[in-house]
Amino acid sequence: MNFLPSIGRVVLAFLAHLGRLTLFALTALSHCVRPPFYPRLIGRQMIDIGYYSLPVVGLTAVFSGMVLALQSYTGFARFAAGSENAVANVVVVSITRELGPVLAGLMVAGRIGGSMAAEIGTMRVTEQIDALTTLSTNPYKYLVVPRLLAGLLMLPILVLVADIIGVFGGYMVSVFKLGFNPTSYINNTYDFVTTTDIVSGLVKAAVFGFIIALMGCYSGYHSKGGAQGVGAATTNAVVSASILILTFNYVITELFFGT
Amino acid sequence: MSVPSENTPVVHLQDVRKSFGPKDVLTGIDLDIQKGESVVVIGSSGSGKSVLIKSILGIVQPDTGVIEVDGENVTYLSPPERDAVNRKFGMLFQGGALFDSLPVWENVAFGLIQGRDMHRRDAREHAVKTLGKVGLAPEVGELFPAELSGGMQKRVGLARAIAVEPEIVFFDEPTTGLDPIMADVINDLIVSCVKQQGITALSITHDMRSAKKIGDRIAMLYEGKLIWVGDAKEVDQADNPYVDQFVRGRAVGPIKMQLRR
Repeated sequence: MNFLPSIGRVVLAFLAHLGRLTLFALTALSHCVRPPFYPRLIGRQMIDIGYYSLPVVGLTAVFSGMVLALQSYTGFARFAAGSENAVANVVVVSITRELGPVLAGLMVAGRIGGSMAAEIGTMRVTEQIDALTTLSTNPYKYLVVPRLLAGLLMLPILVLVADIIGVFGGYMVSVFKLGFNPTSYINNTYDFVTTTDIVSGLVKAAVFGFIIALMGCYSGYHSKGGAQGVGAATTNAVVSASILILTFNYVITELFFGT
Repeated sequence: MSVPSENTPVVHLQDVRKSFGPKDVLTGIDLDIQKGESVVVIGSSGSGKSVLIKSILGIVQPDTGVIEVDGENVTYLSPPERDAVNRKFGMLFQGGALFDSLPVWENVAFGLIQGRDMHRRDAREHAVKTLGKVGLAPEVGELFPAELSGGMQKRVGLARAIAVEPEIVFFDEPTTGLDPIMADVINDLIVSCVKQQGITALSITHDMRSAKKIGDRIAMLYEGKLIWVGDAKEVDQADNPYVDQFVRGRAVGPIKMQLRR
């Protein structure tokens, strides 16, 4: 029975952590709607998250689309001949509903979530956040709100771009390697994709963008110690954001497509 | 809000206590600082000097006690009220705490742009003038903090603290990590800035040379309490074995350092 207190401590620590995270998120959200606002900082974060993440998200999307087309074709060939039409359908649905938002979310979590935690964590351990307070500047408004808003707004745009590039990757493999008719591939894609497929992906992207920024800011804001503390905060930000992305991916899928 | 009378201390601390878990850091601080006065709190590393300053600034919330600024109780304030009170303050942090993503001029002008809504162009001009007051050329304003030496970073930190023309300035270990000459330069700058602008100052340090130079009064913090408060000129002759040991920097005496053997 000696293990029970240990389990209790872990559960209590988890609940305390969850409570702190919820309070942090609610405080940050309340500051989103109260002035002063920092449009210059929001713009800078939007460029950092959106524009500078384009290459990595684009590359991930194009290769995912290409692999998906190839795997679908070889997989379907085992069951029935003449299943080429299904390749375009599988590619567009998989990319828009799942692979676009999830892969973009995970890539941005690694690139942006880690860098947010490192930057804010370094500011914490070098007293720069305390300096903000002494200069009558609320750290939530100055550091957290611009990142949350930028994450929330830019991830859907990134995912929209990833959807287009991913479908294009599938098109390239289907047309240039597998010899499909380009017109019928495009027609199949247009005919099969629905507004719900795209909207569900964009909703996921907005939620993932919020999660990435929230975990990056939260981990950095509460980092302690020196370089080791900042390193731990960076790892926590990426790992927790990735897990939450996969968890919320299921939840949102259930909301949109659950029976 | 009450209007402060002439005799109201600018900063008034009454029985301020703060603990972190089982560790009692401040165990009842009482201190008054009058307008235009420079008070230095001395004490060993880890004695709670920084916590004392951070309690006044609202960065750390005291467990009990009263903190008044200009007669107004500022112990527990909402964030907007705290922002308003902090407009009276300037702070020089031990490590500078300069924003490394901003150039030097924007660091100095930060409190003017964000805290006082000054136009960036005007704030920049003001920042360059303030840099001049601490002996730095206008070109330094274009550099980033990482490109500066430790002494220059302290001077920029000092410029940032006084740029907002505060009523009260806090100096956290202003000479730590500097060579003796640069430390004396910083001490001179603090004295000239504080006296010229008539600012009230609260400094914390364990550098006795600095304490005697920049302080009108010195207070010694030991085990969470101010065990001696007196004129800076009297600190060498203080009739207190703790102060005597600290001022002379002796290993033997009533203050026992926690050493593992």
